[in-house]
Amino acid sequence: MQDRSHNRGAADSPKGSWVRRSLRAAIAAPLAGLMLASQATYAGVNTTGLAVTDDTVTVGILHSLTGTMAISETGAQEAEKLAIKQINESGGVLGRQIKIIQEDGASDWPTFAEKSRKLLVNDKVAAVFGCWTSASRKAALPVFEKENGLLYYPTFYEGLEQSKNVIYTGQEATQQILDGLNWVAKEKGAKTFYLIGSDYIWPRTSMKIARKHIENVLGGKVVGEEYKPLGDTQFGSVINKIRLKKPDVIYAAVVGGSNVAWFKQLKAAGITGDKQTLLTISVTEDEVLGIGGENLEGFYSIMKYFQSQDNPNNEAFVKAFKEMWGDDSVIGDVTQAAYLGPWLWKAAVERAGSFDIDKVVAESEKGDIELTTAPEGYVKLHKNHHLWSKARVGKWKKDGQVEVVYESELIEPDPFPAGYQ
Amino acid sequence: MSFMYEKLLGGKNGTVGFVLLATLILVVFPLALDGFRLNLVAKYLTYAFPAISLVLLWGYGGTLSLGQGIFFGLGGYGMAMFLKLEASSPENTAIQSTPGIPDFMDWNQLTALPWFWEPFNSFTFTLLAILIIPSVFAYLIGVAMFKRRVGGVYFAIITQVVSLILTVLIVGQQGYTGGINGITDLRTLHGWDITSDFAKNLFYFITCFLLLAVILMSRFILTSKFGRLLLAMRDKEDRVRFSGYDVANFKIFIFCFSAMISAIGGAMFTLSVGFMSPSFVGIVPSIEMVIFAAVGGRLSLIGAVYGCLLINFGKTAFSESFPELWLFLMGGLFIAVVMFFPNGLAGLWEDHSHHIKKRLGFITSLFSKNDTAAVAPKLEGSN
Amino acid sequence: MGGYTSSELMAIFAMQGFAGISLFSVLLLMALGLAIIFGQMGVINMAHGEFMAAGAYTTYLLSTVTETYFPGFMPYYFLVAIVAAFFVAAALGYLAEWALIRHLYKRPLDTLLATWGLSLIMQQAYRSIFGAREVSPALPDWLMGSYQPTDMIDIPLNGMFVLALTLLITGGVFYLMFKSSWGLKVRATTQNRVMSGAVGINTKKVDRLTFALGCGIAGVAGAAFTTIASTGPTTGTLYIVDTFMVVVFGGAASLLGTIASAFSIAQAQSILEFFISGSMAKVFTLLTLVVILMFKPEGLFASKVRR
Repeated sequence: MQDRSHNRGAADSPKGSWVRRSLRAAIAAPLAGLMLASQATYAGVNTTGLAVTDDTVTVGILHSLTGTMAISETGAQEAEKLAIKQINESGGVLGRQIKIIQEDGASDWPTFAEKSRKLLVNDKVAAVFGCWTSASRKAALPVFEKENGLLYYPTFYEGLEQSKNVIYTGQEATQQILDGLNWVAKEKGAKTFYLIGSDYIWPRTSMKIARKHIENVLGGKVVGEEYKPLGDTQFGSVINKIRLKKPDVIYAAVVGGSNVAWFKQLKAAGITGDKQTLLTISVTEDEVLGIGGENLEGFYSIMKYFQSQDNPNNEAFVKAFKEMWGDDSVIGDVTQAAYLGPWLWKAAVERAGSFDIDKVVAESEKGDIELTTAPEGYVKLHKNHHLWSKARVGKWKKDGQVEVVYESELIEPDPFPAGYQ
Repeated sequence: MSFMYEKLLGGKNGTVGFVLLATLILVVFPLALDGFRLNLVAKYLTYAFPAISLVLLWGYGGTLSLGQGIFFGLGGYGMAMFLKLEASSPENTAIQSTPGIPDFMDWNQLTALPWFWEPFNSFTFTLLAILIIPSVFAYLIGVAMFKRRVGGVYFAIITQVVSLILTVLIVGQQGYTGGINGITDLRTLHGWDITSDFAKNLFYFITCFLLLAVILMSRFILTSKFGRLLLAMRDKEDRVRFSGYDVANFKIFIFCFSAMISAIGGAMFTLSVGFMSPSFVGIVPSIEMVIFAAVGGRLSLIGAVYGCLLINFGKTAFSESFPELWLFLMGGLFIAVVMFFPNGLAGLWEDHSHHIKKRLGFITSLFSKNDTAAVAPKLEGSN
Repeated sequence: MGGYTSSELMAIFAMQGFAGISLFSVLLLMALGLAIIFGQMGVINMAHGEFMAAGAYTTYLLSTVTETYFPGFMPYYFLVAIVAAFFVAAALGYLAEWALIRHLYKRPLDTLLATWGLSLIMQQAYRSIFGAREVSPALPDWLMGSYQPTDMIDIPLNGMFVLALTLLITGGVFYLMFKSSWGLKVRATTQNRVMSGAVGINTKKVDRLTFALGCGIAGVAGAAFTTIASTGPTTGTLYIVDTFMVVVFGGAASLLGTIASAFSIAQAQSILEFFISGSMAKVFTLLTLVVILMFKPEGLFASKVRR
């Protein structure tokens, strides 16, 4: 946060520095790295059959480079490479440089399972950073559990899952939804809500949680709930229904190509940010490229990260990202979450003093690994494999960036929320 | 014996091809490939079932179905439903609000198992359902279409729409079907771990044997009188009709049979891969199945298997090294097969072996006697 | 519907009516090109959606160029883009016919496969050229927002624009097919190719131009769609099944049938969606179509089909 040492020697140096770091840590980290490098020939570091040599360790990156999901997964994959590059420049992990084996999930779920198996069984990677959709994670999950691998999964998702072999660096549903709803109820005095989403598991689960919260906690009313098939581009009838119900807030989780059509048609129907409060959980800076800032102006997104967030960590992150991937790249919520993966892994490995999956997981499960250098500000890994993080509400501007209008306290992750199921 | 020889194996030519294929998948692959690759091949081979069904339906029957994914999916979902119920025992699902039902149902506020899931508690029922439900479904479509003499392009488009409907339905009714994630996390079959290496190998061999059996059965059908009628229908439907045959019934039969074969492939897919999802039911997988058959040679049962293996190996290899090129290559292959090698790999093989035969004249004389239906007639416009 | 005033209900009714008409114009615009190609030539063009995408990308390209070099021209570029989209898509279609389709006229099922291959190639080409992300062109201001005849009624301007464009194109196609001498040749070739050749019609040229015209209209549809949705490499595949359904349901060789079919499908879909969820509305609409087609395989407006 106030620490300016964000990406050189970032994350946590191995000894006890998950106390908030000061400037001194920036000098200490490379030193610690050197010390470890000399200790690193310990046989104890590698008793696991993983792809670890005296000076390298191999990890996998598994995202879709082809197919329909390539659009979304590109950013995540770029952020992971950036983090790994920065870690290598600052001395690597346990004195070892990280080597990457990248595989293409090809937007095809069995391929994700297949490639996970290849990475774990053939390449014996120490960790995998990857997957984007829930479907791909669900397909790969049994493989990770069976072969005892370790997956860092970056996407905000529906929750209802907690695997020993997965670290979830995105927010689960309650972390994203509840605070945003509280904010809109308090700030806008909202009483009636219209829920609309694409028809699959993440929007449906999110809406279920939203509905319970609106009805039981906020004392509001859900006046409509609507799901459109994935890829559908006709929202005329839905927009008319919304007009008829006149909700205080439209709460949206439409994804993909439908998302663009949805916002363009809202605007064309005269439903704009100055007349209607709309809160969405599915628009990040990535999506805005396709939707167009002028169609979103005045609407709100709830995320944990926005590119325009004003803090030194983020400034350096955005700068490094653009240096590596080009000036016109944009950074969305998931991209940032993906960036956290390698750093969290490094922190856990160095605390464990080993790449052994069980030991790394055991360290992660202690629930006190923190990243003070996270672009989003500060995150902490919870016992339940998810991150403590803040929810932020951003108001979209015409240029495709947001103005952050609300920031919550750190929210405890709760993948199986009682009372919301 | 000679009856079996001619009918099932298709004479000497067919026997050689069949034995070669059997050797390849039963001996060469298991010896040459590690467990991981072998499991991949098992997956590829399950796609060969719908590809073979298309050889029958399209190559010989002249009716192109763009909906084989429907039947592949029905078979796969049948098996997945059984396995999911077993994985969802009350002990395994104790943390749910309603223990004992699949996890995705619990997330969707279902509090009891839907009625159509109940029978899938029985393995016998499941096996029967995998064979019968797709056939009945195909029968209904077939009766409606073929009795009214709808065929060709119309049949193709309507089957495509049906596969789209099924996909939207599965994705939309996620409380009953698992939605877009599909039915995942399948673990045991009668308490026996299906994710172990041994199980994977076993499934590989079961898939191989089923595949070979399906090829023999299809051969039997094609070399029978029925097979000859099928060909006659494809080329001159009216003449067959005027000769007093009920053309529609033949088409319906072959459509049902092809649905059943596809469903067997789907069921084996679920077992080998460990889950089932709507992405194997829809338009794209259905068309890919047609590609497998077209590349292998739409008139060759064995060619379909090679087509499957070739394309899927290519896909895996290319998407690892040149993901950009893969679609170009695939598209180009498609066009090339249609325009220049309408008989696919099998056609190339025929031509090629023909040259060899010329050189070894004495063998030619042996082979020419045994030209049966499997050594196919020329392919022409088949409206 | 308790609690609503009658004027509110009227307003919703009017706007819902327009939603249906808007969907109708979208479906019709998509299907017209295909109706010509499939109906008149019997060719199944699975790459139809990709020709639409070609039109959409042309529009995007023009919008980027205009924005950078001639910002003053922004309000008008869209009209130019539509014309350009037509010619780009038509040129691609001309090329495809020459290289591919003309070899396959005798094998309709094979054109289906070959054009599917073509669509894969075109998708990857878009991905390589324009990137995997969805793009949308900047729209001129006069296409944004809505027209408000009363306080409660908002009629989207882009919807009216697409509707007008559809009417224009439909009128044009009718004129071409039924009033011009070229249309006469097309129809003659459809009815009897050999005879047409004998009376001096260059049937090959007719085929090529017909195909190009169909693709060009697809391009226009693509350009028009940039006003309501975005464009990505795989956008075309979203529309292809709907488009085929419209044409088949209408009765392949009948343009009137295509119009009637687009209208009934659009109204059914849009009314159903008002009462049940989007997914189920889609399932019901398609299912009804399939069932009707099973009983009436020749489609709404029968002609010489039964292939």
